[in-house]
Amino acid sequence: MTKKQKYSVIGKRVPKIEGLDKVTGHAIFVDDMKLPRMVYAKILRSPHPHALIKNIDTSKAEAHPGVLAVMTGKELPIKYGILPSSQDENALAIDKVRYVGDEVAAVAAIDEETAEEALELIEVDYEVLPPVLSIEDALREDLPMLHENPRRVNNLAKKINLDFGEVDKGMEEADYVLEEDYLFEANTHVPLETHGAIGDWAPDGRVTVWSSTQTPHYLHREMAKVFEIPRSHVRIIKPHIGSGFGGKSEPFALEFCVAWLSKKCGRPVKLIYTREEVFYAYRGRHAMKMWLKVGVKKDGSITAIDYKSWLDGGGYGSYGIVTTYYSGQFLTLPYKVPNFRFEAQRLYTNKPAAGPKRGHGSVQPRFAIEAHLDKIAEHLGLDPVEVRIKNSVEANTMTVNSLRITSCGFVEACEQAAEKLDWKDKFGKLPYGKGVGFAGSTYISGAGKPIYWNDMPHSGVVTKIDRGGGVAVFCGASDIGQGSDSMLAYVTAEILGVRPIDVRVCQTDTDLTPVDMGSYSSRVTFMAGNAAIDAAEKLKKLLLDVASEHLKVPEEDLELADNEIFSIKDASICMDFIDCVVLAETKHGTLSAPGSYTPPKLGGDYKGAGAGPSPAYSFTTAAAEVDVDVETGEIKVHNLVTAHDCGKALNPIICEGQVDGSAYMGFGEAVLEVQRITKKGLFWTPSLLEYKIPTIYDTPELNSILVESDDPEGPFGAKESGEGPLAPSIPAIVNAVYDAIGVRINEVPITPERVLRAIEEKKKADALALKNGHTNGTHTNGKTEKKVETKV
Amino acid sequence: MKKIITLNVNGNDYEIAVRDNRTLLEAIREECNFTGTKQGCDVGDCGSCMVLIDDIPIQSCLTLAVSSQGKKIVTVEGLAKNGEPHPVQKAFDDCGGAQCGFCTPGFLITSKNLLDQNTNPSVDEIKDALSGNLCRCTGYTKIIEAVQVASKALN
Repeated sequence: MTKKQKYSVIGKRVPKIEGLDKVTGHAIFVDDMKLPRMVYAKILRSPHPHALIKNIDTSKAEAHPGVLAVMTGKELPIKYGILPSSQDENALAIDKVRYVGDEVAAVAAIDEETAEEALELIEVDYEVLPPVLSIEDALREDLPMLHENPRRVNNLAKKINLDFGEVDKGMEEADYVLEEDYLFEANTHVPLETHGAIGDWAPDGRVTVWSSTQTPHYLHREMAKVFEIPRSHVRIIKPHIGSGFGGKSEPFALEFCVAWLSKKCGRPVKLIYTREEVFYAYRGRHAMKMWLKVGVKKDGSITAIDYKSWLDGGGYGSYGIVTTYYSGQFLTLPYKVPNFRFEAQRLYTNKPAAGPKRGHGSVQPRFAIEAHLDKIAEHLGLDPVEVRIKNSVEANTMTVNSLRITSCGFVEACEQAAEKLDWKDKFGKLPYGKGVGFAGSTYISGAGKPIYWNDMPHSGVVTKIDRGGGVAVFCGASDIGQGSDSMLAYVTAEILGVRPIDVRVCQTDTDLTPVDMGSYSSRVTFMAGNAAIDAAEKLKKLLLDVASEHLKVPEEDLELADNEIFSIKDASICMDFIDCVVLAETKHGTLSAPGSYTPPKLGGDYKGAGAGPSPAYSFTTAAAEVDVDVETGEIKVHNLVTAHDCGKALNPIICEGQVDGSAYMGFGEAVLEVQRITKKGLFWTPSLLEYKIPTIYDTPELNSILVESDDPEGPFGAKESGEGPLAPSIPAIVNAVYDAIGVRINEVPITPERVLRAIEEKKKADALALKNGHTNGTHTNGKTEKKVETKV
Repeated sequence: MKKIITLNVNGNDYEIAVRDNRTLLEAIREECNFTGTKQGCDVGDCGSCMVLIDDIPIQSCLTLAVSSQGKKIVTVEGLAKNGEPHPVQKAFDDCGGAQCGFCTPGFLITSKNLLDQNTNPSVDEIKDALSGNLCRCTGYTKIIEAVQVASKALN
């Protein structure tokens, strides 16, 4: 790619290409679609967390007036799953249910009410089994196994042991070693649009599914497999999606049900999940218990990290194997860690399956390590920001677990966030009840390996230019609101010298758009962006060829911008884009070009080395300022500064929006959001009233800063910005609570109950220490300790 | 039993047949074909289904269609005038106030109503007005900015 002196589209603050559609009600989401002859479906769900299905009698439902088709799991016995190594789901449960809400039967009827009536008429004979409802339960050997496995004695789903460098030696060399336990409770995505799908099984045996999916390609694969039809006979179309955050990134029961019911009744079938069904479809953030031990020298430099995690996986595999790897692999960033060891276990429990939520698997350990570093900095008498800067990885280096770092703007992100919050003037200096906290993090710009390992491109684009000057980009990338369609338009428009409005981006349609793996692991800008550049550069070459002939200017002296091709030496020597297109089509034939992106070979030579590598890593810091009410335990976050190294902001408005949204979501996870389960396997809070996502009142002032490190392999230097900025906000808030009131809380979310309990425990410990005439060994800075004493 | 009722939506009368328990949200989406108004929860928690009923923003999922007769209903599709988006729509677009766009129609309805009554709202007044609308993408920052930009454009 040749670099322009000045970009005409890239880096500009312009609206998204579909922005006006979204503010006028013009944008079409799945539930807005109505096909001729369309009917409606509903799913019957298990009321038990763990039970065998002895029999299902659907005869009364089938006889109910207005019912067109009823289906049960036996009709689709082939298992599927997002990962090839954990194919453990059926469209509908066949002989066992594994969580309250597990899908058991589905009905298509002339309207939703009739379908619901029919569900009531389905008789299911269950044999209830003892439920496995916690990590501790899952480790027991006397409870039934969710998934029979002769090689297992308990409900272990996946165990990983990885060891890099010499951890024991690193600990011996340390001047200070800190070891603690952490807990991160489960929470979930809550996209405002509930999951929805329409299936239309045509008389010729080919099926079309419109779905609110983040991963059309994998849905495509899995549907062909389960239905035992050629992949060429399955078509997945993705309309506008009302966000996902990882919650729509694998096949769900509804997509199989609408297609199969459509086959059975010969009509298009629509199914839209209720809000409660979305909570139970889940795939939310894994609850994670962690044990962390870190060794450091007196100057704060890390000598070794030893770490263990236990993941509460719920009833099915989902992305869990990846989550398990991700729960450890990124602890070697953004800090230099010469020796690293981790053991991670994912357990099956009778809960909805946990999966990937924004920052997949890395958010929980990020909380632990950043809280840990804060304690270490205090013990050593160092500034927490300085400790982070001191340990920062550098560009063009390799971590001990073979993660390749290209660009790195972490130090700059530390400095900018600290400056924006007036860190130096506030840290340790605010009155009791007020405090500031700091944290860093990192994330991938796409996974280096595809889910199904092969050497094919991770992203494909076909771009064509119409003789009328219209540019069309076809790509299987899934815009879920993050702006990926706009991104494709921007990079294409920049290279071809047209305006974004002249570029039509075809929404994902597996019959028309080349494969892109989907919107997960923050991969789209990096991978689809590079594929779009590849395609556009090929077309540009054809345009320059004819323009050079026509204008009698060497190709290297020509530039494309503002719908013109002109000489960079004399801009008056120019021609219209459309005239150039006509000449190019006349000489070269139809103007169309494919583009591909395949990541370079990455990763080390060990089992598990495929999980963690990425062509580029983003780096983020967060600085939070909080007020803690010690009477009520309430935490008020006033200001949340997030500085994010996105490589290059292709459109700063969109990047800032991603950083804002990530910080907001992290704030919610830090203090408000938690999804717990009752003894009967029900969620405590399966509604938007009970599950507390932050309102406009709750949300702190968000200050998002973009740092540009210009990645050498990113499209125009860009890296991800959609997920990484979430992680540091949580430990930044946790650390700020300590600065405010002098208590360490190792459990997230930091609810008022936890704050009050921690204050109470600290009072007791302080009183005991006073009685015994020595300090209790907890680390509290002078300011807070003194304040607590005066308070007591 | 269905009833024949007349709903005035975005300036036109629609004669439709609905059951007594049909919500206004269902009626305007399914019967009047204004699908811009969204269903995010169907129980009044999220605000995605906000419409103006006689110039008051109300959750259409909590309102019965039969009780909305004789009232002036405005949806997101009714905000544009003479083919031009309302300044608040333009501001949401310009400022990045809409990411996935699903909650956006509800925010626009509430914001438009706020600006009708208060041409120069403070940040706190904006928060008061929008506190019944949930957004999961933006962190609200660019939504607040959009309302401020729209307010300037209207003045």
